Amino acid sequence: MTPELFIQYLFAGITYGIIYAIVAIGFNIIYNTTGIINFAQGEFVMLGGMIAITMNALMPMPLAIGVAVLITMAVGALIEIVFIRWLESPSVLRMIIITIGISILAREVALHIWGESVRALPYFIGNEVTSVTILGAKISPQVLWVISVCSFMVAGLSLFFKFTSLGREMRACAANRRAATLCGINAKNMVTLSFILSAGIGAVAGCVMSPITYSDYSMGPNLAIKGFTVAILGGLGNSLAAVAAGLLLGIIEAFSISVLPLAFQDAIATAILLLILFIRPHGLFGSREAASLKEF
Amino acid sequence: MDLLKRYIPVLFLLAVVVAIQLVTHFTETTYYLTQLTMSAYYSVVVIGLCVLMGYGGQISLGHAGFFAIGGYLAGALTTHNLMTLKNYGFVSFLDKVGLLVDSKGLYGGDLLTVEPWAACIIAVLTAGLIAFAIGGPILKLKGHYLAMATLGFGIIIYRIALASQYFGEADGISEVPGFKLLPGIMVSGNFGARVSNYYIAWGMVIIAVILLLNLIHSRVGRALRSIHGAEEAANAMGVNTARYKLYIFVLSAVFAALAGVFVTHYNGGIGPSEAGVMKSVRYVAIVAVGGMANIWGALIMGIVLNFLSLRGVFGSYDDAVFGVILIVIMLFAPQGILRINPWQQLKSFFTAAAPKSGEDATD
Amino acid sequence: MPADSAGNKIKYHLGKASKEDEQVALLEIQNLNRRFGGLRAVNNVSFNVEQGMIKAVIGPNGAGKTTLFNLIAGNLPANSGKIYFNNAQINGRKPYQIAKQGISRTYQNIKLFHGMTALENVMLGRHIRSKAGFMAGMLNLPWTWPEEKKIKEKSMEYLGLLGVAECADTEISNLSFGQQRGVEFARALATEPTLLLLDEPAAGLNIYETAEIGRLIMKIRGSGITVLLVEHDMSLVMDISDEIVVLSFGEKIAEDIPHNIQQNEEVIRVYLGDD
Repeated sequence: MTPELFIQYLFAGITYGIIYAIVAIGFNIIYNTTGIINFAQGEFVMLGGMIAITMNALMPMPLAIGVAVLITMAVGALIEIVFIRWLESPSVLRMIIITIGISILAREVALHIWGESVRALPYFIGNEVTSVTILGAKISPQVLWVISVCSFMVAGLSLFFKFTSLGREMRACAANRRAATLCGINAKNMVTLSFILSAGIGAVAGCVMSPITYSDYSMGPNLAIKGFTVAILGGLGNSLAAVAAGLLLGIIEAFSISVLPLAFQDAIATAILLLILFIRPHGLFGSREAASLKEF
Repeated sequence: MDLLKRYIPVLFLLAVVVAIQLVTHFTETTYYLTQLTMSAYYSVVVIGLCVLMGYGGQISLGHAGFFAIGGYLAGALTTHNLMTLKNYGFVSFLDKVGLLVDSKGLYGGDLLTVEPWAACIIAVLTAGLIAFAIGGPILKLKGHYLAMATLGFGIIIYRIALASQYFGEADGISEVPGFKLLPGIMVSGNFGARVSNYYIAWGMVIIAVILLLNLIHSRVGRALRSIHGAEEAANAMGVNTARYKLYIFVLSAVFAALAGVFVTHYNGGIGPSEAGVMKSVRYVAIVAVGGMANIWGALIMGIVLNFLSLRGVFGSYDDAVFGVILIVIMLFAPQGILRINPWQQLKSFFTAAAPKSGEDATD
Repeated sequence: MPADSAGNKIKYHLGKASKEDEQVALLEIQNLNRRFGGLRAVNNVSFNVEQGMIKAVIGPNGAGKTTLFNLIAGNLPANSGKIYFNNAQINGRKPYQIAKQGISRTYQNIKLFHGMTALENVMLGRHIRSKAGFMAGMLNLPWTWPEEKKIKEKSMEYLGLLGVAECADTEISNLSFGQQRGVEFARALATEPTLLLLDEPAAGLNIYETAEIGRLIMKIRGSGITVLLVEHDMSLVMDISDEIVVLSFGEKIAEDIPHNIQQNEEVIRVYLGDD
């Protein structure tokens, strides 16, 4: 393996890895506030990309992306309000099946709006052959866009949760819902907010990755599985660990091409998922006792 | 007698099955039999899953994987040419035992494949063993983790089917020969054998229903229901819950695999979509609608929904329909539409109406 | 252990005192320890329960009584220490294995099987006393029929014993609290245990019902079953127990006959506090 190839694989791994991490963080945000695993998380990413592509025909790209993200956030809020808000302490099983149903529904709606065609947003800078040279390897600037935008989002979220009062309220809700309500925090709204936030970051990721990975109506579940794997790998609920875990998975996947046929690449994430669930369900960075104390 | 009471619905089912066949015969609508046959096989998967979910309390989002293991192995073994391996170990053993079939391939060459009966046994056994192997660790998981693990299992099977040349990649396996059960009775897509295949399929369903009904009413069935009712207490009363959950998981996997084998011979082939997530989700949706601990509900829903889907009634919205069903049922009727046996409902209605003695002696 | 004037330890058997032979106690708890993080829920607790005895574990809330029960029943692993039952070590074994050894239990907030009738709940109690397995069940083999019949009959007997026979075909969530408690007792007894663990059997009962429970427990002991109970109701405890163990903050602070426990200064202090 030449150094250039190594760097290319590395960047590919980091790119996909950080996207998986964003999906995982989306899972974590909703999970932390509600205990629900939102199987439709991948669909947020899909919607972001697809809507942006459609909007891009009508308006300049930055605006198109902005509109797409806003619409997806609205969809997230809608999902929460219509399907989740009014449920009285539903069982885990019920929630899983409901979110799976939502995911299927979203996918079918997308299928009927956009058909089966695969599309992509145009490259933010240049086109598919533009490249910058980093450490000897030719890297597409879009990769840098993905990495920087996603890192920016992760940092932004950290700051949001740590320093803004809204962020603190959400964390309070996550830690102890009843106590948070007693403090005057509207828990129901926090839940809606968590959906909006998850949808938003998913949509942004969907837009920024679209030129490289292309977008189509069925891209959701794959991302959701990998995102979930990453979330579990890092320890469910722990977003910083999700980033590390995401990068890990992305890099493993990228380098796997050198040893396995490409067709099996997607199976790797699933295999890792099963392995982690069997051996260490609380994740690489989670603690067993903390995990067993969680009701979910 | 309790025993006879239990089987009355089965006789009723048998009567309905025969009646429908006769009706299609006389109204010259025998083409319906094809979808009814397929629906029957899918329902075998469904009722196995129903017992797993309802009585074992385990969700499985990857059951299509077991169906695929059965179907793909049976299909591959009965179509791939073993001629080149004729003298090697296991293959020559099978040959000596008479389990291989010599025939002529499409282009006239010699074809050596596995006898369908042997292939069936190998396929179902493999599915059972795999279920046994992963069941242990999987069933220790709860809630989301269990759901994801089973989902992951289904996906891996799908990916393997899609990626391996042996399993035909995206095209799957075709030209699968018929499966001779007994002299004169063969599972195949042969138009002339439509009626006999219909009865074969429904025969499987009836046998499966009888076995499961027996199980539910037995000591083991009680143990399973107790696990579902209060797992910790079941343990405290001496029930080895882990082992029972594993056994019911394996049983449901075996049912699915067997259905897969027969469907593959019936259709003459199988494709990767049979292993897909959407198929697994469908099975779960049907069980959810029918009522998770309700075999009859699951069976009826299995037939109805599969039949409609196969006849194309849902058109391009096929997957969406099942998605909506899932959502609606889980939101509004998590116990399923068809609750417990109508018989049971009537019975408890009458006993509940009678005044209870021994109520609080306090005031 | 209490002793007679000759210094011989008195063994309680079927309500009669007899001289102790070299027999080991039915249940032996030795230096049991269980921590949760920094909290010592059970701290170096040791005591024995002799065959045929009714022994009570009491203590203020948070003293570690429930944890102790869960350790004995196998729901929790101990950090250190040993538990012997009938001379065999049971700590570290799974709950269902311990149940098979002959220990059965009831729960403070009743854990009956939902979706099943009272009779079916008790019939599950006969699980370890019957044999029909998966295959025999699925194929409905004829040899299972008399076994099932016997299971049903025995279970009805137990329901009758507890005075809830009329609830047999009712789904348990439709029963009153008292009836549910009766069914749970019947279920525990149906396993034909050697040792019965009762977790706050009088919880939620009024005076009459409590007295009834007391009589029932005496009757159970009379049939040869040893009883270990956790209880808050002092009248019940003092009434029926042969011996009492007092826990406080995870430690055993006293173990004696009821009369002496009532006079024990430390026990009084622990319950009523220092003045």
